[in-house]
Amino acid sequence: MRFLVVFIILFIHWIIWSGQFDAFHLSLGVISCGLVAFISSNIMFQRSDFKELPKEALRFFTYLFWLYWQTILSNIHILKIVFSHDMYDRINPKVVKFKTFLQKDSSLVTFANSITLTPGTVTIYIKDGRYYVHAIDESVAQGLPGDMEKKSGFIFGEEHKNG
Amino acid sequence: MDNFILTASIIVSLICILSLYRAVVGPTDVDRIISVGAIGTKTVVLLLLIGLIYKRLDMFIDIALCYAIINFIGTLIFAKYFMRKGVL
Amino acid sequence: MNPIEIISAILISVGIFFLFAGTVGLIRLPDLYCRMHSTGKADTLGITISLTGIALYNLNDGVTLVSVLVSLKIMTIAVFWFIANPTATHAIARSAYESGIKPWTKEGTVEVDLDEQRAKEQK
Repeated sequence: MRFLVVFIILFIHWIIWSGQFDAFHLSLGVISCGLVAFISSNIMFQRSDFKELPKEALRFFTYLFWLYWQTILSNIHILKIVFSHDMYDRINPKVVKFKTFLQKDSSLVTFANSITLTPGTVTIYIKDGRYYVHAIDESVAQGLPGDMEKKSGFIFGEEHKNG
Repeated sequence: MDNFILTASIIVSLICILSLYRAVVGPTDVDRIISVGAIGTKTVVLLLLIGLIYKRLDMFIDIALCYAIINFIGTLIFAKYFMRKGVL
Repeated sequence: MNPIEIISAILISVGIFFLFAGTVGLIRLPDLYCRMHSTGKADTLGITISLTGIALYNLNDGVTLVSVLVSLKIMTIAVFWFIANPTATHAIARSAYESGIKPWTKEGTVEVDLDEQRAKEQK
């Protein structure tokens, strides 16, 4: 099952990137994608049941659009800082630590990337379920972790234990 | 439109030179790694603009993808090496 | 100049402007963690917008199977970069933090623990 999912994903990419539709190239694609999927299919997915995968992929792509909007907002924020002549009055950088309830690797990565792309914050370190975040001024430091934590937990089916 | 693309690629090259300042001056080694990664970002755009100038975008797109992946993996390897040794 | 050319020219210009802003931040900001803010965000948005402009201009000569595939490839690079650039930023920041480089601060307090601070405020 895992082999089949990895093979289909690889073969879609093969078709997009080769751009040739004759029998020779397609059979080459089948051979090479089958070989790669046979050797290394356990690297791409750790789990073995794929019932949740289409739902998670759909939620992930809708989340990407929301994240893109956040990226535009954070760029406006960084533009104001960079092109201001009193830049040193506007910034007050510090490292902020906080605990998270997320468990899975994929939701941890999604949350870390979302922190990096939202205004004024960059993830620098994750250790033992604690995030070390570099915040560029005081107001964004107090706004952490925001509602992104719940959103990225929701994508991969994790709920907050305490409600 | 051809003039516009030519001007845009010249401006991207000038931005690359501007970020080279941090790669040369930068106080620590991490500054230099950040600067080289930023130059790699601009180079992907520059490669695609060159492809538009030569009207061979289907060829330059593969080069741009290879460059993007090599740049990403190179940054990761630098970060890993730097973390283990502390200094370059 | 037809409308597609004008729209793609605007998109490419806006993307290059964001790349320029990221570079200015790379030069002006005081230390390396702050410089990561500018390269990690402005470069991500700049490259996605300018690649969208290039993909749109590629469709200008006529919509065929080959040109649609090429535009699809360009958008694949944009999505790849949108995911990969924050990851690379995080990797560099983590290696800098582990090797003991202290962030530049204005007041001298480097680290703030939000959980302890909120627990204190609730009491």
